[in-house]
Amino acid sequence: MTAAAPVTPAISRFAERFAAHRSAKRRQTGLFLLLFSGAFVASVIIGEVDLARLAARLPNIAAYVARTLPTLRAETLWHDLSEWFWGLDLWLEMLADTVLMAIVGTVAGSTLALLLCFDAAANLARSRAEHFLARRLLDALRSVPELVFALIFVFAFGPGPFAGVIALALHAAGALGKFFAEVVENIAPGPVEAISAVGGGRLEAIRFGVVPQVLPDFLSYVLLRFEINVRAASVLGVVGAGGIGEELYLVVRQFIYSDISAIVLLILATVALIDVGCERLRAHH
Amino acid sequence: MTAAELAALRRAYPRVFGLAPWERARRASVAVLALAVLGVACWRVAPTAEAFWAGVGRIGFLVGFMFPPSAGGALGALLHELAETLAMAFLGTWLAAVLALPLGFLGARNVLRVALLHFGLRRILDGLRGVDSLIWALIFVAAVGMGPFAGILALAVPDTGTLAKLFAEAIENADRRQVEAVRAAGGASILEARFGLLPQVLPVMLGHVLYFFESNVRSASILGVVGAGGIGLALSERIRINNWDEVGFLILLILATVGVIDGISGRARRAIIRA
Repeated sequence: MTAAAPVTPAISRFAERFAAHRSAKRRQTGLFLLLFSGAFVASVIIGEVDLARLAARLPNIAAYVARTLPTLRAETLWHDLSEWFWGLDLWLEMLADTVLMAIVGTVAGSTLALLLCFDAAANLARSRAEHFLARRLLDALRSVPELVFALIFVFAFGPGPFAGVIALALHAAGALGKFFAEVVENIAPGPVEAISAVGGGRLEAIRFGVVPQVLPDFLSYVLLRFEINVRAASVLGVVGAGGIGEELYLVVRQFIYSDISAIVLLILATVALIDVGCERLRAHH
Repeated sequence: MTAAELAALRRAYPRVFGLAPWERARRASVAVLALAVLGVACWRVAPTAEAFWAGVGRIGFLVGFMFPPSAGGALGALLHELAETLAMAFLGTWLAAVLALPLGFLGARNVLRVALLHFGLRRILDGLRGVDSLIWALIFVAAVGMGPFAGILALAVPDTGTLAKLFAEAIENADRRQVEAVRAAGGASILEARFGLLPQVLPVMLGHVLYFFESNVRSASILGVVGAGGIGLALSERIRINNWDEVGFLILLILATVGVIDGISGRARRAIIRA
């Protein structure tokens, strides 16, 4: 190292600004840590987290999981497996129903989202009021969890898959409508202007100017929603809205341990299968 | 161009004028198959006509009963359950993030180079997130008893799987040159991680965590249905005993909370991405 360079005014100005920037950043981090620890302590108190009780109960979780696992012996493997999955026919039928519920819910939800998304997009809404109302409607549909809708529709339509399908469709419409509207807001305006210039109305502009641009994005969002809906449909049965969840809730409450693991594994396999299928479809297009 | 010329061109270059016949047949059969599946699905889930109309009538009647919404004189208790819901979402997300951080590092292809271990870890993480938090809640309520603690675990387990996957992707996508620069300047490996890797991946990770917090507020609001704490128990009880004005109040309360949390968290996420 040679002797230190002389401190010019520019360097000292830089040093001052660097120090100021650094202390501002530190204040910000300190404030964040304070807020975070405040929220953490409040959550621990309200959430009744008790480390002693936690330590006492943690072994219970391991024991519970261990109890759900069946005894498989090498010499009678086939017999043990068929005993574990004794209800396979019934469960597969219920799983098929679950997937079918997800299909109808996704199709109905996407249709509703498609009808609303052009009004909810700032560039295609006919008025500010229409844009605002469509957005708020989608927000409300999206913010109510499927299970809350399902509780209400089970009361109205009685237990069964129909209540679940409506619940899936309404929530999906809210979530998809928001994504759809964002895609529509990002289109190139040229094709829409071209259709208007040759005398096309709003419907023609949407059909020939917007839809060809947004269709690939819409389809990939619909596929993603279908994957989510399969997972959601698998639990709707807990409130009586059809699908495999009903059977799972039953065996959990009656402590039929080996059935619990069998059904959970079947749900996992179905979800994985659907995910892989959708992944391939997306890669295809 | 006359019609005859056009017909000649069409014969000479059929592919320019449309899809090949086999491609058309393939597309038509896919469409028919999709419609058939949808038809079967509709037939399986469709209610009887009278159940449908009775249900529509009942919805009209219960929406009417929801107004004006009322807390039913239990505002304090409901607010406490709402706070419990938020606490569950906060701690569940925190626990998932803490567990996902080491798993994410191990799951990143450029950290754990043993392909078999990498594959096994990824499949386990997939398994955790393949099961909905409500199913985990059923299991944890049975294992550790009712209350918000079961809910916290039920939120944390599937999120650990998803967050670890997202963290691993963030680490895989990080620019190696910044890490190499720290090493070239003589930094130890802990300094490489602190100054080369962390500044790149931390904003991405925080963004994901905040997004999961928003989503967990929604999930936490229903876990009470199976006894895992939060406002869901109050909601399902009021529906069971037909107190629709209180149901309306609870739904509005959940909507407002979700809206406020989304707003705050969305602003924080944008600030993190900008910084």
